[in-house]
Amino acid sequence: MDDPRRQSAQPDYDAFAPLLDGPWYTDEHRAFRESVRRFVEAEISPHVDAWDEAGAFPRELYKKAGQMGLLALGYPEELGGVEADPFFALILQQEVARAGSGGVPASLFSSGISMPPVAHFARDAVRRTVVPQVLAGDKIAALAVTEPGGGSDVANLRTTARRDGDDYVINGEKTFISSGMRADYLTVAVRTGGEGAGGISLLLVDGDAPGLARTALKKMGWWCSDTATLYFDDVRVPVERLVGKENQGFHAAMVNFNGERLSLAALCNGFALVCLEEAVNYARQRHTFGRALITRQAIRHKLATMAQRIRATQAYIERTAWAMGEGRQPAADIALLKNQATETLEHCAREAVQIFGGAGYLRGAKVERIYREVRVMAIGGGAEEIMRDLAANQLGF
Amino acid sequence: MKVLVPVKRVVDYNVKVRVKADNSGVELANVKMSMNPFDEIAVEEAVRLKEAGTATEVVVVSIGPKQAQETIRTGLAMGGDRGILVEYDAETEPLAVAKLLKAIAAEENPDLVVLGKQAIDDDCSQTGQMLAQLLGWSQGTFASKVTPGDGTVDVTREIDGGLETIQLKMPAVVTADLRLNEPRYASLPNIMKAKKKEIAMKTPADYGVDMTPRLSTERVEEPPERQAGVMVESVSDLVAALKEKGAL
Ligand SMILES: Cc1cc2nc3c(=O)[nH]c(=O)nc-3n(C[C@H](O)[C@H](O)[C@H](O)COP(=O)(O)OP(=O)(O)OC[C@H]3O[C@@H](n4cnc5c(N)ncnc54)[C@H](O)[C@@H]3O)c2cc1C
Repeated sequence: MDDPRRQSAQPDYDAFAPLLDGPWYTDEHRAFRESVRRFVEAEISPHVDAWDEAGAFPRELYKKAGQMGLLALGYPEELGGVEADPFFALILQQEVARAGSGGVPASLFSSGISMPPVAHFARDAVRRTVVPQVLAGDKIAALAVTEPGGGSDVANLRTTARRDGDDYVINGEKTFISSGMRADYLTVAVRTGGEGAGGISLLLVDGDAPGLARTALKKMGWWCSDTATLYFDDVRVPVERLVGKENQGFHAAMVNFNGERLSLAALCNGFALVCLEEAVNYARQRHTFGRALITRQAIRHKLATMAQRIRATQAYIERTAWAMGEGRQPAADIALLKNQATETLEHCAREAVQIFGGAGYLRGAKVERIYREVRVMAIGGGAEEIMRDLAANQLGF
Repeated sequence: MKVLVPVKRVVDYNVKVRVKADNSGVELANVKMSMNPFDEIAVEEAVRLKEAGTATEVVVVSIGPKQAQETIRTGLAMGGDRGILVEYDAETEPLAVAKLLKAIAAEENPDLVVLGKQAIDDDCSQTGQMLAQLLGWSQGTFASKVTPGDGTVDVTREIDGGLETIQLKMPAVVTADLRLNEPRYASLPNIMKAKKKEIAMKTPADYGVDMTPRLSTERVEEPPERQAGVMVESVSDLVAALKEKGAL
């Protein structure tokens, strides 16, 4: 262990190698991982730094992902989807995480949070035209729930949609909307009825609807993801664009969160794995006081603790994915899992940057970006505090 | 037109191979295996011929362990129609593989056999040539372009100092070079479809081929080790380090 040359002769550490080992994984999962890995290595990883600096990735990436079927996971075949168990979504997220950019999946997969309600609950004519275009990567879709007045308290949102003949007329503001600048379709949560959860509906709005204005937001991370505030000023939407039943949108939005949170947890643990991999490889090369950094107990213990937390999180992810694949909606576990994953990521990002020292603070290091992108994972898709409340309620505490 | 594409399961091109402790070979336990990259190019070419309406069926063949089924499935997910696995656990040698492929060709009657120009594990670059010889068919090796005509196929070959285009009478054997095409990533729908495609399971005995090795490996050694690198923190550190070494 003390011979630094022996350390450097080792092959690069592959933190992802232990994944996909378990009773739930099949040859199709492995083939999918292989294919996505190559796609990410060729089409995403080489570009993420430039895309982040440019503030966007090319629109054609949606098309490329669409051709690979990456946007079609879990949707019915009649809509251009590929029926696939939840493990495919985990694999997709974790392979995309290897590029070390949160901005790419945030926008590239925004359809993953906006289209499920449309596919399941929209009028047939609407879902049959809209969903296939989005899954093919020809159109971009976003979900607009959060408002300047609040994101966690969805039941009290204030954007209104008033019925006027065969139209709804929308007024209000949405903010922090991923893909908000480029979206062709927006699944918007609006108030159509009285106070609280029972007065909320989902409407599908065209990106070029008259009266809709958008402004871009600058952020701590996720630079290549277009995040926007949307202003609705008498935006008219035909009643056929109601997704599900009037005033029953809250439940649809909540069920939708379950899939989102599982994916976010997988993405987080993917980033944590990148942190571990980068840290091990760096510590093997880096020599301080005449020895490889990885020979120091303080560093080895950091690495072991990272691996410990990541593996525990991965086991929880897979267990929860299995339950969802069985048709259950284990809301408490999904909420706790999301926190487990964001806390693991927070820990691993911190330790990885620390092990890198100054080099981890520089733009261009994967761990630098991941570190900057920890907080949004702990806030978006349900903030940690809200997740704990939800779990406590679900568990009957 | 029917195309037969033999594919080999090899150590993944990203893996840094390590020599076994007893110097008898390279470590294969727990090492990632994939389709030989040149064979991927061969599959891609066959699938493109099918998509262009030139080929009607693409059969993917492998000779290797049970896990080589996964390699065949990769070919099927890229667009192959069905597979044949000749199960054989030990190391394969070009001549025995060529003999098996000859027997399979006799059964399948392909118009074209497209192979990779070599496998990245042993780098032999012999199987295609041996197969053509055993079958008595024309061969176009190191192809960078393949254009089938009426009963013939034009093959542009990468040779020293340039390109050579030859016309072969079909049936023919073609081996794929790196620049022939860029293989696609298998899409999710095609991965799912590949699950339902048929793979026939065979053994060398089914074809009456003797697999006894004709080569023996004496000793495998690591190339000389490179000195460990150092990380520098900044451009000025780099310049200072280069100066110190007398490189600047
Ligand atoms: C980059 C980015 C992209 C996003 N993309 C989208 C998108 O595409 N679509 C979309 O609809 N939204 C999106 N969001 C919004 C996100 O979902 C919200 O930020 C999140 O739900 C939290 O809402 P908030 O920011 O309004 O915080 P608040 O609800 O104001 O909460 C502030 C803090 O207080 C805590 N808190 C709130 N209530 C309680 C309580 N009762 N008890 C204890 N603590 C509490 C919260 O946990 C949080 O820490 C995005 C956000 C970001 C940052």
